[in-house]
Amino acid sequence: MESLGVLLLYPVNAYLEQELDRRCRLYRFWESPREEFLRAHAGAVRAVVGNANYGADAALIDALPALEIVASFSVGIDRVDLAKCRERGIRVTNTPDVLTDDVADLAVGLAIAVLRRIPQADRYVRAGLWKSRGDYTLTTRFSGKRVGIIGLGRIGQAVARRVEAFDCPVNYHQRTEQKSVYPNYTYYPTVVELASNSDVLVVACPLNASTRHIVSREVMETLGPKGVLINVGRGPHVDEPEMVAALADGRLGGAGLDVFEDEPNVPEALLGMDNVVLVPHVGSGTYETRKAMADLVLGNLEAHVLSKPLLTPVV
Amino acid sequence: MCLAAGVDFIDLDECARRGVVVANSGSVFSADVADHAVGLLIDVLRRVSAAERFVRRGLWPVQGGHPLGSKIGGRRVGIIGLGNIGSQIAKRLQALGCIVCYNSRTPKDSVPYRYFTNVHDLAVESDVLVVACALNKATRHIVGKDVLEALGKDGVVVNIGRGANVDQAELVRALKEGRIAGAGLDVFENEPGAPGELFCMDNVVMTPHVAVFTAESMSDLRDHVVANLEAFFSGQPLLTPVLPHSPVN
Repeated sequence: MESLGVLLLYPVNAYLEQELDRRCRLYRFWESPREEFLRAHAGAVRAVVGNANYGADAALIDALPALEIVASFSVGIDRVDLAKCRERGIRVTNTPDVLTDDVADLAVGLAIAVLRRIPQADRYVRAGLWKSRGDYTLTTRFSGKRVGIIGLGRIGQAVARRVEAFDCPVNYHQRTEQKSVYPNYTYYPTVVELASNSDVLVVACPLNASTRHIVSREVMETLGPKGVLINVGRGPHVDEPEMVAALADGRLGGAGLDVFEDEPNVPEALLGMDNVVLVPHVGSGTYETRKAMADLVLGNLEAHVLSKPLLTPVV
Repeated sequence: MCLAAGVDFIDLDECARRGVVVANSGSVFSADVADHAVGLLIDVLRRVSAAERFVRRGLWPVQGGHPLGSKIGGRRVGIIGLGNIGSQIAKRLQALGCIVCYNSRTPKDSVPYRYFTNVHDLAVESDVLVVACALNKATRHIVGKDVLEALGKDGVVVNIGRGANVDQAELVRALKEGRIAGAGLDVFENEPGAPGELFCMDNVVMTPHVAVFTAESMSDLRDHVVANLEAFFSGQPLLTPVLPHSPVN
């Protein structure tokens, strides 16, 4: 695919960048001012590669007349204007399945970290407080806690299977109940009811118009002073200012957050809190998974160039 | 009444000589310790605490990406000691896609995990070693220099047993020299306190001997102690007796 002009929106992964450079005609979007780049190269771009934070929005799609395919280095494609792509006949691919386990592992790791205060306890040791102040405080058991999952897709199911090994009852909410598929999980028709019957609430659904701020002030207050919110979806799934306020005054017990509304910026108030665990969008952040994601992006581009069926098409 | 799972600090022989019966906490703590072991393992492999420090220091907007971690599924985890706690750790790790093997004094019937007769051979075939055994003469420094070498430079040690199960000086040396990849430690030789040389390391997670300490386990323990005392004073067998030569010792 040496003649395929690929626009990489951000240096998302060294291996991917290297392979795109070797196998295609690579343009790096961050190397020159946007307008200057588009004037010089817009007509040569047939493929765009972005990620969770950098996508092909309507303005960019309009500026690239030769665009044929958007291959996202992510499973969530809320930053890609799908309607515009459909209108223009542009294909869109993402990276499902290869990152499912990593994201689910992180969700479980964050839940344990928040309830058992592992990063906080580690800080306590590093500050010499175990010697000077004595024993650490009691924390909260994770095993047996009721886990409520918003979205029982690939990632949600993977979280459910894991927490079952900790004897956690599994509850879920999504658009439809699937009783025959999940006879052991309890369905709730609204997120508020899910929150009311759960101790740990995990966000694992795609971000779209109907799921923006699906975790509202009401949901968080219902989850309550002992409840823990785990977000491995997208920042905008949660009403972030309301969440910060609820955590600050104890209306929400704690949170484990991998995503934020305005990454890489994290609300200042969270940085001083002890009832939260904050990580910088590392859900799929392992060597093994990022390589698999990169290979999937490359595989999709290759299939496109050879007019073969795309590996993981969304549009 | 021993309020711990471990009884290494009780002279069981002397108790037997004087007709003093000993009871321990049985499996009251097992789930919490298992959860903590798994939490430490995920933290080390996925760099959770290191990433947390990165965010809290305000480095995300400045430095962009955080170093990648390692995938958990498919990793071979060798558990030293497959008692109440070890078995619960195994069950949780299987759900995370780990391949579980173990060493204990004798192989356990009807467990699906591969048994190794000694810890060195277990370490050769493991990516992560989890110490979940009691502390006694046979298990003091059971993870020492040769076991660490067998585990190798990509290996991780998780210790929720007793500090003295691991040769701490050797472990610190191995971490400083990059001869193992990381460690998740809840226990240390000479508590309270952990070796200062570890405090600057991003591949180590340390907690101050907290694996049993949840509000729920304290409440379960109270119920358990009362039940043992009621049994004893009504002439019934103890729920969780410890004998001088029983497996837990």
